[in-house]
Amino acid sequence: MHMAATPQKVGATGGATDGSSTLADMIADFATRRKSLWVLVSLATLFTAWEIAGRVPISFAFPTFLETVSALLEMAFDGTLLPAYAITFQPLVIGVAVSAVLGIGLGIVMGLSDKAEWLLAPVFIVLQAAPMAALVPLVTFIYGIGLVAKTLAVIMLALPVIVLNSYKAVRHVNPSLVDMCRSFQGSRLQQIFKIIIPDATPVLFAGLRLGIAAGFIGVMLAELLITPTGIGDLITYHRSIANYAHMYAAVASIIAVSTLTLAGLQYVEVRFLRPEKRRK
Amino acid sequence: MATSISARVANPAATTTSDAIVEVRDIGKRYGDIEALRGINLEFERGKLTTLLGPSGCGKTTLLKIIAGLVPATSGDIRVNGKVVTGPGPERAFVFQDFALMPWATVLRNVAFGLELKGIGLAERNRTARHYIAEVGLSGFEEKYPHELSGGMRQRVGIARAFAVNADVLLLDEPFSAVDEQNRRKFQEDLLMLVEKERKTFLFVTHSIEEAVYVSDRIVLLSPRPGRVSQIIEPSIDRSAAPDVIRRDKGYLDVVEEIWQGLRQYAE
Repeated sequence: MHMAATPQKVGATGGATDGSSTLADMIADFATRRKSLWVLVSLATLFTAWEIAGRVPISFAFPTFLETVSALLEMAFDGTLLPAYAITFQPLVIGVAVSAVLGIGLGIVMGLSDKAEWLLAPVFIVLQAAPMAALVPLVTFIYGIGLVAKTLAVIMLALPVIVLNSYKAVRHVNPSLVDMCRSFQGSRLQQIFKIIIPDATPVLFAGLRLGIAAGFIGVMLAELLITPTGIGDLITYHRSIANYAHMYAAVASIIAVSTLTLAGLQYVEVRFLRPEKRRK
Repeated sequence: MATSISARVANPAATTTSDAIVEVRDIGKRYGDIEALRGINLEFERGKLTTLLGPSGCGKTTLLKIIAGLVPATSGDIRVNGKVVTGPGPERAFVFQDFALMPWATVLRNVAFGLELKGIGLAERNRTARHYIAEVGLSGFEEKYPHELSGGMRQRVGIARAFAVNADVLLLDEPFSAVDEQNRRKFQEDLLMLVEKERKTFLFVTHSIEEAVYVSDRIVLLSPRPGRVSQIIEPSIDRSAAPDVIRRDKGYLDVVEEIWQGLRQYAE
């Protein structure tokens, strides 16, 4: 990124006198400016530990990091990974989309109306507390093993957390801002759309991030418990033939996809909805 | 430099003034079993700055919010320009103790927000907002966000927002309590200039005796539990004198002392 370092290097090779402004200084300077360096250091530490643990080995079923990476690349290029994701993403995307729209909508209504709160809050509190994995077989019993059952598994995990967070987001809106809107004769609709929803946005998005993470859990549960398809199938299949590097590659890839999705959502939030966050 | 400061102590009953813009009639307020306000009768004269002063728990902020229409009274009524009001209205604008600025909006949008709610076009409301931003001394900060400003500057945004809707009455709820002492003094001086310039009616809540005496035409002392009007004081201060001269004047200090003597029984 920062090619401002080049002139110094050139100077150093030419004269070799300015040894004080060394590479270490430049790295330190770079590190304070770009937090991404620390992310890389963190990941490198993790992967190194993984590599060492794999080489020990701590278990015959535990591949090294490099074996896993090569297995991942192999799957990426032999055309198994992408079609698997295409299948996994169907219930995930539909389920998360339904949960986001329905969840934020219901949560906001519950936050705004006491009656809606009394009616719906207990249901979602129970649903959030319930171990949903135990209910997945029930869904299979009713809806079979197709897309509907898998989408439902995603919704069952994602919806309660989104609803409850959206509801809390609305309840914790700064009352002073609502009074301010009233004092300038804002209508109820203006209150909701110009004050309550914008002020609730950070918590709404926190709920959405948790909901999407739960959605990933839901889709993996569905693919492991209902019928093996997509990434769940890759994991199950490679485990069954003791192809552990490939199994770990599939697991690691879904973790990576989930993390990147959440990071992307955070970026979208800050970029488009929180203008004040863009400036430091 | 003889600044003539004297205080006229008026009887609470004899509060009838010729040109009352806000009338408070027999206002009472209960929160369950707790009686916050009892039998408040007040009239606020057009173009004057009146302060509601009292110890914490005397209901001064509650009274201001009742006048603003943000809190319903349990009994009695509020008249503005002779008409009974039950909610917020365009003739009143409120300045909040905690500023109540939208963190996601720029200074410009915050100041223009009252006009935005009224459906006034973007160009026009921004023009008005820029005018009042300049008036409170924040030119150049239009595109900043509230978290980039100091406490004092944030409250200037709150005041500019209240001015922008061109209300007759400005209700200020401890506007400087979250501002540090140095800025607070500067702020009080600036407020007096704005009072002079804008010719509006100001209702001001504070717990600072010095602040009340320094800025007010009239001070309403409230006593606590339940809040009642205990005394009305009119410090006649020659505002043409320099601020530091006023703050050292014997008359000014005497009024401060007199109010303190009236309030000390409620301390502790």
